[in-house]
Amino acid sequence: MGSGSLVQMGLWVLLAIIAITMGAKAEDAPFAVHMFIFAGAAILALIFKARSFGKPAAETTGYLDGVVRWGAIITVFWGVVGFLVGLVIALQLAYPDLLTNIEWLNFGRLRPLHTSAVVFAFGGNALICTSFYVVQRTNRTRLALGNLAWFVFWGYQLFIVLAATGYLMGVTEGREYAEPEWHVDLWLTVVWVAYFLVFFGTLLQRKEPHIYVANWFYLSFIVTIAMLHIVNNLSIPVSFFGSKSYSVFSGVQDALTQWWYGHNAVGFFLTAGFLGMMYYFIPKRADRPVYSYRLSIVHFWSLIFLYIWAGPHHLHYTALPDWAQTLGMVFSIMLWMPSWGGMINGLMTLSGAWDKLRTDPVLRMMVISVAFYGMSTFEGPMMSIKAVNSLSHYTDWTIGHVHSGALGWVGMISMGCMYHLIPRLWGQKEVYSLRLVSWHVWLSTLGIVVYASAMWVSGIMQGLMWREYDDQGFLVYSFAETVAAMHPYYVIRAFGGALFLVGALIMVYNLYRTVWGRSPVTQNVGVISAAA
Amino acid sequence: MAKDIQKDEITGTDTTGHEWDGIKELNTPLPKWWLYTLYGTVIWGLAYTVAYPAWPMLTSATPGLLGYTSRGELAESVNQAKEGQKAQLEKISAASLEDILKDPEMLAFARAGGAAAFKVNCVQCHGAGAAGSAGYPNLNDDDWLWGGTADHIYTTLQHGIRYTVSADTRDSQMPAFGADGILKPEEIADVSHYVLTLAGEQADAAKAEAGKQPFIDNCAACHGEDGKGNADMGAPNLTDKIWLYGGSVEQVAQQVTKPRHGVMPGWSTRLDDTTIKQLAVYVHSLGGGQAAVPATQ
Repeated sequence: MGSGSLVQMGLWVLLAIIAITMGAKAEDAPFAVHMFIFAGAAILALIFKARSFGKPAAETTGYLDGVVRWGAIITVFWGVVGFLVGLVIALQLAYPDLLTNIEWLNFGRLRPLHTSAVVFAFGGNALICTSFYVVQRTNRTRLALGNLAWFVFWGYQLFIVLAATGYLMGVTEGREYAEPEWHVDLWLTVVWVAYFLVFFGTLLQRKEPHIYVANWFYLSFIVTIAMLHIVNNLSIPVSFFGSKSYSVFSGVQDALTQWWYGHNAVGFFLTAGFLGMMYYFIPKRADRPVYSYRLSIVHFWSLIFLYIWAGPHHLHYTALPDWAQTLGMVFSIMLWMPSWGGMINGLMTLSGAWDKLRTDPVLRMMVISVAFYGMSTFEGPMMSIKAVNSLSHYTDWTIGHVHSGALGWVGMISMGCMYHLIPRLWGQKEVYSLRLVSWHVWLSTLGIVVYASAMWVSGIMQGLMWREYDDQGFLVYSFAETVAAMHPYYVIRAFGGALFLVGALIMVYNLYRTVWGRSPVTQNVGVISAAA
Repeated sequence: MAKDIQKDEITGTDTTGHEWDGIKELNTPLPKWWLYTLYGTVIWGLAYTVAYPAWPMLTSATPGLLGYTSRGELAESVNQAKEGQKAQLEKISAASLEDILKDPEMLAFARAGGAAAFKVNCVQCHGAGAAGSAGYPNLNDDDWLWGGTADHIYTTLQHGIRYTVSADTRDSQMPAFGADGILKPEEIADVSHYVLTLAGEQADAAKAEAGKQPFIDNCAACHGEDGKGNADMGAPNLTDKIWLYGGSVEQVAQQVTKPRHGVMPGWSTRLDDTTIKQLAVYVHSLGGGQAAVPATQ
């Protein structure tokens, strides 16, 4: 305890000094702000460490659940933030004058704030917290490497704060879904390696002979995201005291690297990671065995192998060489069944328990999310076909596709898991009100359907207007006319998003009532279960 | 492990014998339809890569049996479009603007082509409906700063307005009567009221009366004593209630004090002559186009 703590405290002091020095020499204001946030975080960590110095070691026999509890709360928090910013930018698209007088809140800055908030803050925290929960339960062992899991948690929140404040101050690398600049990327790399060590270390010290399928998916997500993050963000800072950097790639190589990253952020972050979630929580909630072990093996490996090649379908009909476009499309088509393997295993696990959908809105939410997963993993391969893509590309259809996956699959499986997880983490039998869960389920579903259909109509209309020729062979519409035509659908889309946000606010109230001021009624929180 | 294998009562399928935190797995075989669809997509995918450019080799990729390239596809559809319009474009290229306006078939084609070119090149300033906005003229009315015959519009399109790149650009400068101290602020106010009365708008009668003489001394040389302007030097007609920079007394006074001079690029460096002709015909046809020989005034 003693010397290890001293080394840790020394590291925090060192980090604080480096950050303050770099902040003092900063060449631009956002970099200075970021360095002082770094320094503040390091000093907080130091104070926290110093206060526990010399005190007896905490109890470490059961599961490490404190970090999961914090993770669950922060997941819900970032979810609401992300949905709210999404609603704001949807309204900005419908009413372009909204908030244009405040430079921090223009569309260009809020858009990456929205995508990063929902994908990395909401989705990322949901993945980290459920993976910590699941890997302990399915291996009957405490998280490895002491309090490193806490470092992962707080380090990841620091990354989110740095990314978000950077966007609002206008700092961006201009790489979609990887907008944070080099200094924030380096920090995330440190946090992510720690995450890998905790997760993998826990697998190594497992008390079960086999590794459960959920953990394969979580591990593939952690490993692949590390690789994607590092390669996509290879860049050279203009100055070590400034926030601007330039990618080492250029031209079409840069575009391909970007979409290799971007598509696999969908594949490994938003698909593989959340399939891990599904594989634990759906059988648990339905109290049924997983439908097919063989299917889980075959679809896992085929998904992992095929997904990584599908990125070029984002660059159809561009400067990307034809052969790469062909391969991107072909791998996307072949990805259809591997994706659906997860849907089949999720849905068919309910065989013998379908009646529970009537009585258990939490399970209903999870099942609806798997249905959305199936729909968007069919839509995706279809849109990767070049003939379809020539109509859909650059239109709102893509936005609709992404949101049926993000709101439907990622959002609803995460929130379903929170409804299951949070009562159990606080020693409650069940969530405060299942009736309110039911309201949430239907509001979200309706919101997504409204959102996606508005975008389908808008996107297909947009694509058709762009290619409309008159009988003399001239283009019929100007770009501005196609934008004007989309206005009503933008309003409808914002309405759908508002429904989704209202559902999430109902969830916040419900979970607050579940957790706050109630004493535990079950006794086994955090106790390692006996061998089966 | 085998000892833990159990039969699931509901499905009648064996479990695999594994268990994690109470979760078991069934040993269900792969669904046949799933497996065959997967095989189908793989076979289709392989066939597709034989037909189209696909596999990277040392220096280039396999070209595919169909000889497809996306550049080729684009070139073919562009050629097709050009081929379809070739006859009409050649006719327009050889014809004068007068001829085009007289020939219904050429006129219809030129208007469509002009509309398409307008939507790409002109809407940014003049708006999708050509209605303009503050500082950008409305092209639907019959108020023409530099003349409204098809030939006038054609020349404006070719060389632009105050577009220094083109030697033949239309150019004129209104003096800054206030900023350069030619008129006193009170005189400018009076002139502005007078200008409003020229258009029959509400104005202070006494001030307008006081502004008449300064107008004749300073403004009539370009705008004419009657204020009807002069398209040869781009001096706007002040009597038609169309105000490019606003028609309040303050806005008129602002323009007299320190005039703004709009700039329009000349398009002959960017668009071919046939396209400019079509644009001229299109803009001429919007509603206010004037006949080639204006009635003598």
